[in-house]
Amino acid sequence: MAHSTVGSLEQYNYDIVKKFTIMAIFWGIAGMTTGVYIASELAWPFLNFDTAQITFGRLRPLHTSGVIFGFGGNALFATSYYVVQRTSQARLWGGSLWPNITFYGWNIAIALAGMGYLMGITQGREYAEPEWYIDILIAIVWLIYFVIYTMTLLRRNQPHIYVANWFFMSFILATALLHIFNNLAVPLSFTDTKSYSLFSGAQDAMTQWWYGHNAVGFFLTAAFLGMMYYFVPKQAGRPVYSYRLSVVHFWALSFMYMWVGTHHLHWTAIPDWTSSLAAVFSILLLMPSWGGMINGIMTLSGAWDKLRTDPIMMFMITSLSFYGMSTFEGPMMALKSVNALSHYTDWTVGHVHSGALGWVAMISIASFYHMIPRLWNTTMHSVKLIYTHFFLATIGILLYITALWVSGIGQGLMLRAFDDYGNLKYSFIETVVFMHGPLVARAVGGLFFVTGMLIMAYNVYKTISNAKNNPRIPTNSATAA
Amino acid sequence: MDILINWFLDLSNSKSLGLVIFFITFVAIIAYVYLGKERSERLESYKNIPFVDDDQHTPKAPHQKSGE
Repeated sequence: MAHSTVGSLEQYNYDIVKKFTIMAIFWGIAGMTTGVYIASELAWPFLNFDTAQITFGRLRPLHTSGVIFGFGGNALFATSYYVVQRTSQARLWGGSLWPNITFYGWNIAIALAGMGYLMGITQGREYAEPEWYIDILIAIVWLIYFVIYTMTLLRRNQPHIYVANWFFMSFILATALLHIFNNLAVPLSFTDTKSYSLFSGAQDAMTQWWYGHNAVGFFLTAAFLGMMYYFVPKQAGRPVYSYRLSVVHFWALSFMYMWVGTHHLHWTAIPDWTSSLAAVFSILLLMPSWGGMINGIMTLSGAWDKLRTDPIMMFMITSLSFYGMSTFEGPMMALKSVNALSHYTDWTVGHVHSGALGWVAMISIASFYHMIPRLWNTTMHSVKLIYTHFFLATIGILLYITALWVSGIGQGLMLRAFDDYGNLKYSFIETVVFMHGPLVARAVGGLFFVTGMLIMAYNVYKTISNAKNNPRIPTNSATAA
Repeated sequence: MDILINWFLDLSNSKSLGLVIFFITFVAIIAYVYLGKERSERLESYKNIPFVDDDQHTPKAPHQKSGE
């Protein structure tokens, strides 16, 4: 039986949640704008301006780190610190010092890594580009994060740890494991930025994609499911559809995700059984993923009218729909025969963005719209702007992923087409010419999404300003709609 | 018996063994979650935890434990 202990707003450390929230929006805009720029470079290559620092190769990790670790990471710190306090009814452990160390440490690490990319300093490991000195900083920050989270759970005023915290804890533990092992490297010297991985050849590739896909699984999925299991019920005003299903969802996801990374290496020089194993577990993953999606969507059962009246709920349910769609598309693309067509094409990029923008970004945005009025004890400046943001984001994502389906599937079909004499039917440059139109549409789709983020930033700025100018608004009016 | 022990000690069988252990554990979790009416009711009651902390409620001292 859940306790009925209630804590005051003053007992929580909201200051750290506010800082991470604002930085998440900052990195979101910075990272996504970089994304639109490099998408434009692919459509109009003159945008390179023959300047090494702004070529696709250097800006691309700036984009991925900015959105995954800048936007996503800060959003996870913010929401996890908020959720663990609210569901434990206990103040965050560590006073103001230790949480602030995680804030400054994390954001300095991202800024240093980003500047390094522009100068060509990179490990060349996808989503793990920062060099050894930044990896050490991240590991220290992460250890402190783990201690803060665990100690807060230990001082909880509830006998039970709410399931959202399970997902956050698995994200913290798995990310530590992945980060440390994937970044095992020997620096050239302690004064040199360059290091060399302890792994080599096929082992190196398999370690990298064990990291890479589990970063998707635990950083970009499990943690955001933690977000979903708290904020969807709160916004809907009703408890999650089935708590037991959420428990099964958690364990099934934890069991299965660790095995699937090798599906990124189909048809390469790795043992065939690892490839098959990854494909099998990828298919199995469909079940817990859809179980979780159904659990989230059915939370709204009996209150579907909120989808007409509440733009935050629209964000949440759309994000769960994209979660369902991308967790169907992923296992399908992990099949060896489908992967033979899809791999090394824009289809993969489209798939990633249906998850990253549709699921990760939309559930984060919805959580922010729910959380920000409560953090600043006010109401959102404009609900109409939230609606506008929702439609811009949704149109942007749909434009983006459909453009890359066309580009990727078309590209894959052209690259494997033969003429009557057994020669390749199309040259590489013909595929590039074919892709130009979809790449332009993709850049426009990204622009829609960034415009939505700018509107959100304005709305949040006005909300915070209003809260500072009118600080005595009653607490129970702290809703967006 | 020796054959069985040797099979377990052979590192090349660790993948199959791991799979069996994980599968049995997973089935045990499913059984734990869904079998038993009282346990089911208790687990489902935890879904209300996010709502026992609504903003408008009266404050209570931090770190104070209360009974069920």
